[in-house]
Amino acid sequence: MKLFVNGKEIEVPASAMEKRIVEFLREDLDLTGAKNACDIGACGACTILVNDEPNRICVKLVKNFGGQRILTIEGMAAPDGTLHPLQQAFVDCGAIQCGYCTPGMVLTAHAFLLKNPHPTREQIRQAIFKNLCRCTGYQQIIDAVEQAAPHYQKQAEAQKETAPVTS
Amino acid sequence: MSQPEPKCWRNDAYAKVTGMAKFTDDLKFAKVLHAAPAYSDFVHARIDSIDTSAAEQVPGVIRVLTAKDVPGVNRFGQIVRDYRIFADDKIRYHGDVVAVVVAETREIAIHAAQLVKVNAEPLPAVLDPEAAMLPGSPLVHENHGSNIVNTHVIRRGNVDEGFNQADIVIEEKFQTQTIEHAYMETEAAICVPRSTDGVIEVYGSMQHPFSTRRFVAACLGVALSEIEVIGTPMGGGFGGKDDTAAIVCARTALASKLLGRPVKMVYRRDWSMRESYKRHPYRVHYKLGVTRAGRITAVQCRIVADGGAYCSVTPWVTWRSTVQCCGPYVVENVHCDTFGVYTNNIVAGAMRGFGSPQMNFVIEQVVEMAAAKVGISGIEFRRRNMVRQGSVTITGQKLDGHKVAMEQALDTVLREIDYEKKLASSSRGKTDGDELYGIGVAMSYRGVSLGAEGTDFCAAIINAQADGSIFLETGIHENGQGSESAMMLICAEELGVDLNRIRYRRSSTSNIPDSGTTVASRGTIMGGGAVTLAARELKKKIAAAFCEKLGCVAEEVRFKDNFICGKSATDRIAFADAMRQMWAMQKFPFALGTFKAPRVSWDEHTGQGDAYFTWVYCCQAVELTVNKKSGKVKLLNAVAAHDVGRAINPDMVRGQIYGGMAMSAGYALHEEVKAPGGKMTTLNLNTYRIPRSMDMPEMKVIIIENPDPLSPTGAKAIGEPANEILAPAIANAIFNATGQRHFSLPIKLGAIPEITCCEEGCK
Repeated sequence: MKLFVNGKEIEVPASAMEKRIVEFLREDLDLTGAKNACDIGACGACTILVNDEPNRICVKLVKNFGGQRILTIEGMAAPDGTLHPLQQAFVDCGAIQCGYCTPGMVLTAHAFLLKNPHPTREQIRQAIFKNLCRCTGYQQIIDAVEQAAPHYQKQAEAQKETAPVTS
Repeated sequence: MSQPEPKCWRNDAYAKVTGMAKFTDDLKFAKVLHAAPAYSDFVHARIDSIDTSAAEQVPGVIRVLTAKDVPGVNRFGQIVRDYRIFADDKIRYHGDVVAVVVAETREIAIHAAQLVKVNAEPLPAVLDPEAAMLPGSPLVHENHGSNIVNTHVIRRGNVDEGFNQADIVIEEKFQTQTIEHAYMETEAAICVPRSTDGVIEVYGSMQHPFSTRRFVAACLGVALSEIEVIGTPMGGGFGGKDDTAAIVCARTALASKLLGRPVKMVYRRDWSMRESYKRHPYRVHYKLGVTRAGRITAVQCRIVADGGAYCSVTPWVTWRSTVQCCGPYVVENVHCDTFGVYTNNIVAGAMRGFGSPQMNFVIEQVVEMAAAKVGISGIEFRRRNMVRQGSVTITGQKLDGHKVAMEQALDTVLREIDYEKKLASSSRGKTDGDELYGIGVAMSYRGVSLGAEGTDFCAAIINAQADGSIFLETGIHENGQGSESAMMLICAEELGVDLNRIRYRRSSTSNIPDSGTTVASRGTIMGGGAVTLAARELKKKIAAAFCEKLGCVAEEVRFKDNFICGKSATDRIAFADAMRQMWAMQKFPFALGTFKAPRVSWDEHTGQGDAYFTWVYCCQAVELTVNKKSGKVKLLNAVAAHDVGRAINPDMVRGQIYGGMAMSAGYALHEEVKAPGGKMTTLNLNTYRIPRSMDMPEMKVIIIENPDPLSPTGAKAIGEPANEILAPAIANAIFNATGQRHFSLPIKLGAIPEITCCEEGCK
């Protein structure tokens, strides 16, 4: 079985199939950005994107992800280390305190902005509803997501222009 | 052109936003063993024996540790050494750990831990703190002789005379609940025996590396120099990563010492919830006398704090409650009796606020109730009684060493939220639709840092290198609040150099002197004070080395824009050049700074003294609706104004306030740890409900800056002040919406009854 993690093809050994995928990522691939904070899918700290959809992976097994396209927080920045505009907005807006919820929060917001690049603050609030943060009261996280939205708007415009016209 | 507001700056933001920051559970060591705690199902019982044989027989189990394996001291505590690292004589609460299983894998350790069997004789559980205080109650600690951990008093003036002068007396009983810190990262430790010298390296999630070291060394029976606690990114603390976090490190260190291998113990959320200490539940009987003119004449109060099974910091928490038992009001006659009590409930200890959130919930409602009886507004009542410049507190402390900004904070919030107008449109139980609207306000003052609780000093080391780069280190710990960034900003400003020259050195208990714990909102004032003094010391050395070259006396040397400057614009040396030259002169550009808190005083018999060397002033207000049919509360808007002295990193100050308000909203409306019969049933974040994004409103923060003369940086405190008044503001707003007062937390609302006239006056 294969996984596509942060653009790389990963061959999954048979012995890992029954593992929880959060453990496979953290232990076997050393992608420790996804955190295990509740083990029951209640807090969102383990969130990754599977085919651009947020997934809480602390309760899911590796075998369920065959052939899927996975994005973890380690895959957000450019290969040269330049932060993605959404990550930069988190930094600039003071959206990071202890940082434990940050990877899951950034990925959840990323998936949301891909779908809705023109969000209201209330829509952002709804989008991150499943991700718990104990430090920030969410205010500066919402500021960050709002600040990053123009990047997604431009991206969406660019995609529209290059998309083949279907009639 | 106006300068754009500087962006938030944190030295750890890049690592945290890319997932590169390595928290304890993310660290990897070769040949690491895994440990898991074993609990019993008793709440209070005398232990006959602990049978570890079944656990030991599980393949993959290396060793099962119990109290008999502790070579040093099995008991620890910051005040009283009553907390067992492993339960030995008795089980005192449901979270007592009887053994730790060490195994090749975490799964095996967890499985085997369930096979540890405790043979014990059950004892009657002491669960009600009031009953626990009565003579004849079963004792939690027999050798203590009673269940009363500690008492504090305030005896000021004459309360009988005070109540005689009163025209109106308000008397009410209040109750607050047990709540959990709910840091996103649970307790965790990895301990590694260093092969070169046998030192045990401790990596863990804790906010007090030095007390961790003290307890680990005592448990192992070794010198402090044989343990090195190394700073590791930490997923939140909020006061909660002290005792339990240290004990987790001690058990893990014991395993690694005995087995000679790295050992990792990462707490599962249910272990953390079951075992880790909580915020004290309080019962408060409060009586306040006022004249018809709206002046407070007397306060009598009795405070009972349930400390649970061990002392922890109960005497200190209840001390702050006592000192602040009248809120920011001047009261001539005060009689306060405070009791910290042992029970078989979960241990209570430090949590953000440290005894003030409970009292503010009481006081900030009582003043509004009193105002209504007098027939003036709650705001006017506050103005007539609040502390002002030169006021004397209920402990006899004259507030004259700093700007008393109580009214400034109040006015700022009232203006920003348009309070008076919105108060007039509050529903008070009457609405044509389903949503009742209310606005509420609360304010407080708060003593900064430890006060007369204990020794309060802090160290910082600045070590400039020959190329002009700089190492900075302080005895304050990065809990997630951004302390390292604040220290770096202070250092850069004081030395007149760019931030990118400074590297915050990874903290280690083997390098910097023990500077106490990163609690009590003392990080910025104490650590920042030490950085400032270290920087001034360093500047003195540099000035002495270069003043002659610069053609001036040492006192005239200035540090700015990465230069060391004389009197004229041309007399200057680049900072990096200067450092290289100092090296050549065989002078170390190195300085240790020590900031000692100014003197405080306390008389335990009268409860009088200068309790804290300075104070902060806080006000918050909130608007909300209450659904008439369901009782569901929706927060609409919240405003906060805090005098922080000086804001070092304004966005992080705001972050503290937003986060503190959210935590206080949870305290008011949702959060409650449930333990029927002393057995915890709230064991994860699905049943323990901390605020989610949709529970919070848009918030506005106004930072007030009145630099404090006693603080070398001018900065005071924000972590805890932020977390101590939104709950009473919500309670007042709910009253203004529904016409109902609530005296218990969390506030539980059902359908709101139609009212004809509420006690505090109708619309």
